[in-house]
Amino acid sequence: MSTALKEWPLWEVFVRSKQGLEHKHCGSLHAADAAQALDMARDVYTRRQEGVSIWVVESKAITASNPDDKGELFDPAADKIYRHPTFYEIPEEVGHM
Amino acid sequence: MSAATDYLLHLADNALVLGQRNAEWCGHGPILEEDIALANVSLDLIGQARLLYQLVATLKGGDCTEDKLAYFRDTHEFRNYTLLELPHRGPLSGYAQGDLDYSTTIVRNFLYSALMALLWEALEKSANADLAAIAAKSQKEVRYHLRHARDWLVRFGDGTDESHARAQASLDHLFAYTQEFWAHSPAEAAAIEAGIGVDVRTLQADWDAIVDAALAEATLVRPAVGGYVTLGKQGIHSEHLGFLLAEMQSLARAHPNGAW
Repeated sequence: MSTALKEWPLWEVFVRSKQGLEHKHCGSLHAADAAQALDMARDVYTRRQEGVSIWVVESKAITASNPDDKGELFDPAADKIYRHPTFYEIPEEVGHM
Repeated sequence: MSAATDYLLHLADNALVLGQRNAEWCGHGPILEEDIALANVSLDLIGQARLLYQLVATLKGGDCTEDKLAYFRDTHEFRNYTLLELPHRGPLSGYAQGDLDYSTTIVRNFLYSALMALLWEALEKSANADLAAIAAKSQKEVRYHLRHARDWLVRFGDGTDESHARAQASLDHLFAYTQEFWAHSPAEAAAIEAGIGVDVRTLQADWDAIVDAALAEATLVRPAVGGYVTLGKQGIHSEHLGFLLAEMQSLARAHPNGAW
């Protein structure tokens, strides 16, 4: 017998849509473990045919950047427009990139 | 009534009555995610019932509609298993009230889904092509219902002292009602004869295997059965079905031919 888990951990849910190439974050939920989180994600986030594949990740496993660091992390990229591939003509044969 | 329509009504009433019962959790689920999960299960079941009622209405012809079958038949005309009309709680009679008990819900869904996972699969070979198509659709739905209920059954049984005790009590309360699965009604016998229906007794060994494996994993004890075998599928019901139908049918009966 295990002791009761009063607080279930939080899980982040990622769903890949039919046309989508990647899993996109769509929300979070509480579940006792990964298998249950997956089933619950199916019930909560794919009721309207949103997905063909689901990932769940325990929220605490995600290391996030600090919003206060926004200036030093992201602002320096603002004036480096040459990093955008807008100066190239992409041949049609290459297709979706 | 023909063998086909009576048998189809049995399948349809099973789905509608359990769908209505499970819908009682809507807005009252133990947690938000389970509230949604149970509503999903209910909508699957009500969807199955609709397809079957539509098929019956077509076969009967005249002015028969799915709504007439769902909302304007009385208790003795319903052909569902007695198991499916029982309230979400232990043994109580009449309109006695008690708190909804989620383990009763889960154990019932497990016992019924285990049967339907096998029965829908077998019915994909029904001589009635429409029923075979409904079975193919329902088979996918019920596989998830079984997965959901089995998962919780194992969590409850192999969980805390309290969840284990509650799951075992629900099992002890409900298991005797599964005897009805295996006792043929005249309608079932006629449908089997016509190639429309499936002899559930040929599925009993597989059902036992599904149930026993889950109970072993859940550390629950399979209750011995015996005594009275319920006759819901022949229209002889417990006192609970009347209350369920009264609530379910009241709106349609108060506003006959209403549209919204």
